[in-house]
This record gives sequence, structure tokens and C-alpha cells, in this order.
Amino acid sequence: MIVETGHYALVLALALALVNSILPVWGSIKGDQHLMAVAPSAALMGFGLVAYAYLALTIGHVQSDFSLINVVENSHSAKPLIYKITGVWGNHEGSMLLWVLVLSVFGAAVALFSRSMPEDLRANVLAVQSWIAAAFLLFILLTSNPFARLAVAPAEGNDLNPLLQDPGLAIHPPLLYLGYVGLSITYSFAAAALISGRIDAVFARFVRPWTLIAWISLTLGIAMGSYWAYYTLGWGGFWFWDPVENASLMPWLAATALLHCTAVMEKREALKIWTIFLAILAFSLSLVGTFLVRSGVLTSVHAFASDPTRGVFILLILVIFIGGSFALFALRAGEIKQGGLFSPVSREGALVLNNLLLTTCCATVFIGTLYPLALEAVTGEKISVGPPFFNLTFVPLFIPLFILMPFGQLLPWKRGDLAGVAQRLATAFAAALIFMAVLAAWRGGPALSVILSGVAFYVIAGSFVDLGRRLLGGGISAGLVSQRARGLPRHAFGTAFAHAGIGVTLLGLAATGWGTEKITALKPGERVEIGPYELIFESIVPRNDPNYSELVGRTVIRAKGAVVATIEPATRFYPARGMNRSEAGIATLGLGQVYMSIADVAPNGVVNARIFWKPLVALIWIGALIMAFGGCLSLSDRSFRVGIARRARKAQTPSPQPAE
Amino acid sequence: MTRRKRRLVLISTALAALGLALGLVLIALRDNIVFFYGPSELAQRAPHEGQRLRIGGLVKQGSLLHEGDSTVRFAVTDTKQEVEVTYTGVLPDLFREGQGVVAEGTLGGDKIFHADSILAKHDERYMPREVADALKKQGVWREGAEAASNGK
Repeated sequence: MIVETGHYALVLALALALVNSILPVWGSIKGDQHLMAVAPSAALMGFGLVAYAYLALTIGHVQSDFSLINVVENSHSAKPLIYKITGVWGNHEGSMLLWVLVLSVFGAAVALFSRSMPEDLRANVLAVQSWIAAAFLLFILLTSNPFARLAVAPAEGNDLNPLLQDPGLAIHPPLLYLGYVGLSITYSFAAAALISGRIDAVFARFVRPWTLIAWISLTLGIAMGSYWAYYTLGWGGFWFWDPVENASLMPWLAATALLHCTAVMEKREALKIWTIFLAILAFSLSLVGTFLVRSGVLTSVHAFASDPTRGVFILLILVIFIGGSFALFALRAGEIKQGGLFSPVSREGALVLNNLLLTTCCATVFIGTLYPLALEAVTGEKISVGPPFFNLTFVPLFIPLFILMPFGQLLPWKRGDLAGVAQRLATAFAAALIFMAVLAAWRGGPALSVILSGVAFYVIAGSFVDLGRRLLGGGISAGLVSQRARGLPRHAFGTAFAHAGIGVTLLGLAATGWGTEKITALKPGERVEIGPYELIFESIVPRNDPNYSELVGRTVIRAKGAVVATIEPATRFYPARGMNRSEAGIATLGLGQVYMSIADVAPNGVVNARIFWKPLVALIWIGALIMAFGGCLSLSDRSFRVGIARRARKAQTPSPQPAE
Repeated sequence: MTRRKRRLVLISTALAALGLALGLVLIALRDNIVFFYGPSELAQRAPHEGQRLRIGGLVKQGSLLHEGDSTVRFAVTDTKQEVEVTYTGVLPDLFREGQGVVAEGTLGGDKIFHADSILAKHDERYMPREVADALKKQGVWREGAEAASNGK
């Protein structure tokens, strides 16, 4: 019964979204307060309905209601509760429902936290959100109904794909969706601004926190996905330039560019057209990502089912939203007034260069991802574009970006002095050179690793030069420094941490060059040397779980004779799907990791093992965490709170909630 | 600087960045793309020695041989033609005789394909699309059976 009410709630949500996509726009054109006031309440109600539908599906999964096709195909009564809950989005229908749920969460958040926004802008933003919601609700109801019933319910389900039965499933998809769908807000803001013709610093001020929220989530979601692939796929890689990964990287690049150019628009009222363009582009790329991943044109663990009607439907949504918004953009862009002037050597100039490089990087990823698809569609020739392509295109474009990052932080607005900035960065640069020389003498190894480590060091040091000068310049005492720290805006810290974070990630990536790998057959009791460690493969131990059985290869890691860790790489067998899956054994020692995966366990206990020593590899993901931390610091800055300007003007009115 | 001059600087920087990117993309596309062939196509096209390729098909029943330390030898077939493959390393969990496989590597002068990576994709229900297409070309694809096992 609850399932039917869930389905009904979804239909109601669609009807509501349709109403909400028309009335507020009409109201803003007519200047009718009442019509515009429909938008926030409808957005909140829409959230309630979609959340109810989502809850209904979750209940179906938790209770293992095998009269639902969705539950039969993706669940099993013996599955642990956490995977019954997270398995709701571990399939096509459920993940689309999550998509719409996140969309409605953002709609409700705008309705709640943006009270101080100009009324017509808010009404239009929520209306555009409703267009997107309506399109995707229609998609779910027509092609991917999660509430479809079976006439005869089977006694047991087919179980969830074992690769997805992992704690990563609880974190990676929701975060990634917060990022993907969070960009819908910037899209809605851009479209609303184009409709109402209100494109100014106020627009940039309101759109910034939402971009930042989406960016933080996307950063964490991508990092989490990469770590998940790293420990579960068993070949020790963390990024494969797989089209599905590229689908999330492109919106991230666009969002990063957008984040930087909204700063210019807010501070200097410049780059307006470009900001609007990027806001549309970022969400367009997340739609392209959704299409690539969900339509089945790519085969991967993310493509749950390939049904041509779904692909065509998503393609249609894509064409309407991307085409429509760019048409609107073309129509209105001419009316936007030119912004302020600035010299090429200035903060603005640096940010323009940042945007140029980021969007170019994004374009190369786009070509590398879509060229094989296009070629196959046109000529039938099948090719794959792999890491060598991206190493040759993406990396050379990204290196100048790293070099320029600290310059951008140090250049003042309007007009800067390049020589002065270079002078201030000289210490960081010299330190990086010394660091490189020490590394080369101490570790040797591939030149590329040494150079990239040097760049990383320079980026990390350079990120804090500005902060250091502002905190320590003119007298150092604990009291003075902490007093100055309190005086500095939080976004100054945020920028420094976010920039340092990418430097830390780069250091982790550079260090992969010093890693070692061994592929070997191991007998119980055999020893292997890897990097500075010695591994002793003790024995194969069988273990049982309600959901799977596994063979665990107990292995002890020793350094200079002392045991430092025990790892348990395993191969698991999931009887419900008759499927194997490996689980790598990973020991984090310092910032490096010993990684071991096993396969082909013979009856006498001999296994094929793949063993890696990966120095500093943890930095790759720690860097992403630091970036996200920097983002959160900026988000907590006063100037990022939605509506702060308005509040300052009317101090007496009850203060609205900040968007956090 | 005048507005005009500034715009010139901006536009020329943009063009320089785009030109650089375009050049890199074209070079990379010329040298770094990997073609995918089924065993029959491989026999027809006769790619030159050392060119990186992906081949795909079914692992022939009874062809898998372990040759000592983690080196395996097996045949990839589309039922019309087959090609011998050698690989040193850990085979993926889903690698099985009779199942679809994609191998990346180079074809040696001895007509043996030296693979350096083997992809058996993530799901037992799913056949790599390239493999399915290669099998379809040879007319040995059982549409009904696959559709049923896809569960949709």
C-alpha cells in the first residue's frame, strides 16, 4: 500500500512541478506578488512529496518486498541492512529518484534560505528548478518507474551487484549527486537572471555559496569514487580516465572555473557574460555526465541497464535544457552591460587566465571522452582513448595552472605588479628547488616525479605566502598573530587551504613514480620484499558471511624485523549472483600504503598476488579533503552567507537563516 | 592600456591557449588512440607489428594454459577466427573460459597477441559491448539469451 502512495506522491510532485514552472514566471512578468509567492511553498511541498516517494521505496527495500521489480532485481533478503538502504540508489530507477530528491532538496533550500533575495529572481530560480524537476520526474514515471509491481512475487531477489556492496555506496553517490545536482542551482540562477535581466554583483553574491556547496560535494564525491575503485578493483589504480570518471571531472573543472569567475563578477562587476555562460555550461556538463552514465552508451558498473528509450529520453532532456538555455543566452547576452576595466596583470587577469586554462582542460577531456562515441556513430570504427591521450593533453595544460595559482592569490585587484609578486614568491620557488634537489639526491627515480613534486611543493608553499605575510608581517608574537588571524576574512584561509589541497594531491600523484609493483605466485609461508617492507604470506583462511563466502590471505608486513601491520586481501564469492569480487588488503604506513590483492586461489593454498608499495599515495585523497575543508572555510565566511548584504541594510528586520 | 588593447591581449591569450590545446589534442589523437578489433577483423586488417590494439571476443573453451609464474596463454575467438593471447599478471575475477574478454596490448611477429592488460568488466550479467558487437558481426550472437540474462 505504501508503495502505491509513493508512486502517487511522485505523480503529484510532477503536477506540482508543472504548475510551479509556469506561475512564478508569469508572476514575475506581470509583477504579481501572489503568483511569485507560489514558488517557495510549491518548492517545499515538492520536496515533501519526493522525499515521501523516496521513503516509500526505501521501506520496500528494507522490508524486502519482492513484489516490486526494483527490489527483486537489486536486493536479497540476506543482504545487510546498510546495503538494503543504500541499495535503493544502487540501481537505475532508485538512483534517478535520488537525483530528483537532491534536486528538490536544493529547491527547498533556496526557498528557505534565500528570503532576502529579490522576489522576482527567487521566483524565476525556483521556476527553472521546477522545469528540471518536471523533466526528470516525467523521465522516471514514463521510463524508469521504481514502483512497478510483479504479478507473482518470487521468494527471493537477485541481490545487489557485489561490487556495489561496499560502504562506499553509502557515501559516493549521494555526494556526487549533491555536486551534480547542486550545479542545477547555478543553472537556474543563470536562466532566471537572463529572464529577469538582473545580471549584476547581487546575482554573483547569491550564486557563489551554491556553487561552492556543489563544488565541495563534487570534490569529495570524485575523491571517494576514486578511492573506492582503488581498493575494490584490485589493480591498484585510482584514476583510469574512464569516460564515467571524465563525466564527473568535466563538471568539476567547469565548477572550479565558475567559482573563480563569480569572484570577479561580485568584486568588480566584470566577466558577466562569461559567468552566465559558465553557470550554464557547468550544469550542461553534469547533464551530459548523467546521459553518458545512465543511458547505456557506455558500459560500466555505473550503467545499470541499457534501454534505448531511456537514452533517447535523457538525450531529449539534454537537448532541451542545454539548447534552450544557450538560445536564451544568445538572445540576452547582447543586452548585458560591459563590466569594469582591468589590466591584464591583476587579480582579474589571473582569474581570466585560470578560467581559460580550466575550460580548455575541460574541452580536451570532453573531446577525449566523446570522440570515440562520435567516431563509432559516424564510421563504425571502434577506438578507445586512454591515459596516454589525457597525459599528453590534460597534463601540459594543467601544469601552467599550478605555476600561476600562487600568482593569482598575490596579485591585487585592478592593477598588479608582476615583478613584486614574483619577488614575494621567490622564497617558495627557491624552497621548491631545494626540495627537488634533495629528492633527486635522496630518492632518485623518475625525473617527472621529482619535477612534479617540486611543483607541488611550490604550490603548497605559495598558497600560504599571502596568508603568512598578512599574519606575520610586522612583528611576530602569539597575541598579535591570533589577533590578525581573527581580523582576516575566513575566505582568505579557505583559498589558501583549497589551493594547498590541490598541491597535496599533486604530491601524492607525483609520488606514484617511486612506487613498486610485484606480480607473483605465493605459497603459504613465502616472503616477498616490496619497497622498504617485507611481506610474509601466512595462509589462506576461509570465512563466511551471511551474504558471501571469502578466502582471506592473511599476510604480515614487517619492517626491519618488527611486525608493523597485518593485511587480509580476500576474494569473495557472492552465491546469489554467482559472482566473484576481490577485496584488496591495504595497510597505511605513514602516508604510504602497502596494497595487496589476490586471485586464483589453488587448493594447496598458492595464490596469484599483486603487491604494490605506494609511497605518499594517501596524499591524493587527503589533498581532496583539504580542498573541501578550504571550501567549507570559505562557505562559513560572512560574505558568503546568502542575504548578508540585505541584512546589513535593514538591521531591525528578523534575520533570515544563513545558507550553510 | 586602452580597452581595445586589453581586449586584444585577452583574445590573443585565449587563442594561444586554444591553439595549444588543439595542437596537443591532434597529436594525441594521432598517436594515442587504440583501435578495437575482433579476431576476424584482426585477421583482415593485419595491423603492423607493435601497434597498440584492443581485441575482444570469447575466451575459447579449454584454451586456458598456465605457464608457470603468473603467465597465462589463451585463445580469443569469435567462433570464426581466433587469436592466441599471452598475458603475465593477475587475471580479473570475472575472467572465465567461454566468457567475454577484452585484451589490450600488441600483436607480435609470431601472430601471438601480447596483452598487458585484460579487462573482464564489472558484472557477470554483462558482456563488453565491443565483444557483443564483434560477435554480432560474425552472426553468432544470441539476442534472446543475452536479453534474458540482462534481466530487462
